[in-house]
Amino acid sequence: MELFQIDFGGQSRKKVVGIDLGTTNSLVAFMDLTGPVIIPDPQGRNIVPSIVSLSDDGHYYMVGEDARPRLISRPDHTVYSVKRLMGRGAGDVKNEIRLFPFQIAEGSESVMRLRMGDRTMTPPEIAAQVLRKLKANAEAYLGEPITQAVITVPAYFNDAQRQATKDAGRIAGLEVLRLVNEPTAASLAYGLDKRNDGIVAVYDFGGGTFDISILRLHEGIFEVLATNGDTHLGGDDIDNLLLNIALEDAATEWGRDVSNIGEAVQTFRQAVIRAKEELSFAPEAVIDVIYGGKSYQRALPRAHFESLIKDIVDRTLAPCRQALRDAGLGPDQIDEVVLVGGSTRIPLVRNAVRNLFKAEPHTGLDPDEVVALGAAVQAAILAGDVQDQLLLDVTPLSLGIETMGGVVTKLIHRNSTIPASASEVFTTSVDGQKNVLIHVLQGERELVKDCRSLARFDLKDIDPLPAGMTRIEVRFLIDANGILAVSARDVRTGKEQSVEVKPSYGLTDEQVDAMVRESFEKAEDDFKARQVREARVEADTILSAVEKAKANDAWLLLSDEERASVDLAVNQLLAVYHAGDHKLILDHIAKLDAVTVRLAETMMNSAVQDALKGTKI
Amino acid sequence: MSQTIEEHHCWNCGEHSPSQKAARSLFCQFCNSLQAPSPDYYRFFSLPKTLAIDDEVLQHTFYQMSRLLHPDRYGRRPQRERTYSLEATAILNDGYRILKDPVRRAEYVLRENGFQVGAERSNEVPPELLEEVFELNMMLDELKSGDDDAVPQLEEARNRFLAMLDSIGVELDDEFRAHDQAGEAATRKEVLTRIRGVLHRRRYVRNLVDEVDRQLSSRNA
Repeated sequence: MELFQIDFGGQSRKKVVGIDLGTTNSLVAFMDLTGPVIIPDPQGRNIVPSIVSLSDDGHYYMVGEDARPRLISRPDHTVYSVKRLMGRGAGDVKNEIRLFPFQIAEGSESVMRLRMGDRTMTPPEIAAQVLRKLKANAEAYLGEPITQAVITVPAYFNDAQRQATKDAGRIAGLEVLRLVNEPTAASLAYGLDKRNDGIVAVYDFGGGTFDISILRLHEGIFEVLATNGDTHLGGDDIDNLLLNIALEDAATEWGRDVSNIGEAVQTFRQAVIRAKEELSFAPEAVIDVIYGGKSYQRALPRAHFESLIKDIVDRTLAPCRQALRDAGLGPDQIDEVVLVGGSTRIPLVRNAVRNLFKAEPHTGLDPDEVVALGAAVQAAILAGDVQDQLLLDVTPLSLGIETMGGVVTKLIHRNSTIPASASEVFTTSVDGQKNVLIHVLQGERELVKDCRSLARFDLKDIDPLPAGMTRIEVRFLIDANGILAVSARDVRTGKEQSVEVKPSYGLTDEQVDAMVRESFEKAEDDFKARQVREARVEADTILSAVEKAKANDAWLLLSDEERASVDLAVNQLLAVYHAGDHKLILDHIAKLDAVTVRLAETMMNSAVQDALKGTKI
Repeated sequence: MSQTIEEHHCWNCGEHSPSQKAARSLFCQFCNSLQAPSPDYYRFFSLPKTLAIDDEVLQHTFYQMSRLLHPDRYGRRPQRERTYSLEATAILNDGYRILKDPVRRAEYVLRENGFQVGAERSNEVPPELLEEVFELNMMLDELKSGDDDAVPQLEEARNRFLAMLDSIGVELDDEFRAHDQAGEAATRKEVLTRIRGVLHRRRYVRNLVDEVDRQLSSRNA
């Protein structure tokens, strides 16, 4: 029996990092004594592009900048913007997937499966590769293992998308202590920067998603009043729009349609992205493509660009108005608007925000980094290192159950502060009924078919009683991550009722467990593959050195026996070179090394003698 | 059976206390660990059972208790306390949502006192509104058959309903005060019955406004 609870610190002071797992770019940050800081990769870069590519031999993954060139050279092995596919089925992304060069595998109805080389991967597994890279960067920088993280998600992410993000963390070997909404995380970084009280709107327009959140800041409490958004609206849409135009245009000019060639599409995509980014500073940019020996150039003045993207930018305004209505506020009651996400660099976007909120948007924070910095602050709050700040977030979507006639009865309304709960009593409709199936949905519409199916909960092993006699109280609890848990209790006996969860979209717990195990095995495989590669590099070095030495006079100074033993060692090394065993390779490198000692000495001596004679070596 | 007598029995340090105050506290007075929360919103917010509530006091209490109970504060605590923190914060948030809205607050108190409220009863037309509803339905029929003359009439009706909602709000405030000042249980019960009537009327008028809005906007679209 424990008499005292003493926290010696030691183990529990593990560092917790904050991760912005973005559609286009990802970042990792942590809180030191001076405040939140971004952790760079070993080359000193803060941003890890969210691109994952499987090597040609299928042995390892390249992530970030290493994977970027392969968008063009190996589009069938490379995936980007995978965040758009998290927690979704193939039917959800039919329209947008046409512009992505991804190969969708069979059985993608409830979870997408993408083909990468000869592997089939789900979005959480691909996202886990990005997380693993960030984890490694943090471990290298902080010099200790990192096992716990806070990961940000778009505020408007539904339950399945949140669960998929959490799964990705688990597969990457990270315990996800909290999922934080991106605009809320940004407000934490902003609040730390400005420390004021008042009403703040965070307008977060990123690579693939749009969020608007309205918060009340009061003495360190960050209370979200309302949030709204669109999880399929972002800079990607602008890119796709320009890409379509450029591809059609080039087809006319070249007399050849290249839109079904992955390499060509990627080349055009990168060209339109460059032009888009330039237009944030310059009044005109050129979409400049060279592909297959042909060149395509098209000038794009900013005014024309703005007329093209106006509809996309306008689509952000309706969620803003809805959020204001839900918060019970007018635009004039917003004290400040904070801009987050790369797409807010576009002047037209800034104008739209300025007009809607009738205020000059706050741009003092780097829109690419502010979310990760906020995640680091939240990580420090959870670790107990920051005591005076507290986030009170909300659920973005109403939660309901299917009732008679395909109608949804709402139990927890959108913009309810989380954790939030609701209880409902269910009963049986047939004598001796042993199961009750509850269909849970998310969304604002009245009918089941217009809402997002979340899961079916099966209340099992009900005591068989006459119809209507059993009363089962079901409790729906949305936790601080915005993820639903369901528990049930027999009202008559007070006994806990077992509930089986069948998620409509996403992976079951068992599937995630299998992926976690597989990723450990794969990690071992990957590690082995790397050791073999490194051994081969070493073998290459010594083999070419020996080859060179054989051209040296010293080779002729050796005895026949000595020369024969060197040749034997070389042949033995070449024999094991292609076997996948790094130890064998290293052993034979050592042997070759040993039998060439005399050769090296002789070379050295003759070199010394040459030097003494004053001749050039 | 003596279930009505509450006493404090800490899950963590095992200490007992027979005092009512200790039993109602969310924290153990001996080891300061978080206890299983009670789902009584008034008790949770340490408020007397009045229908009139000062918004500022309520918000202040909500923020203060969030600081004490929120799961973010229990990241490094034992699993059991983390579960209690989640439970307690869900009750805190659910309670705040209900108590800060006068209508939901009144419905909550009615339910606690054994009244049926909400959607169950909203189909009957409140007698004092019969005439209005009859006229409104005629106007809506005209509108549906394409008669634009009904539009200004409908807008007029809409304004009348909004004014009605305002006066219902005042009426509720008065009844809340009457409830809070009622000394005897019987008097309180009478006031609550009246409040239930007012809420029913309010919900009905609210639905009428929504219906008019829907018809007018679908016509514009």
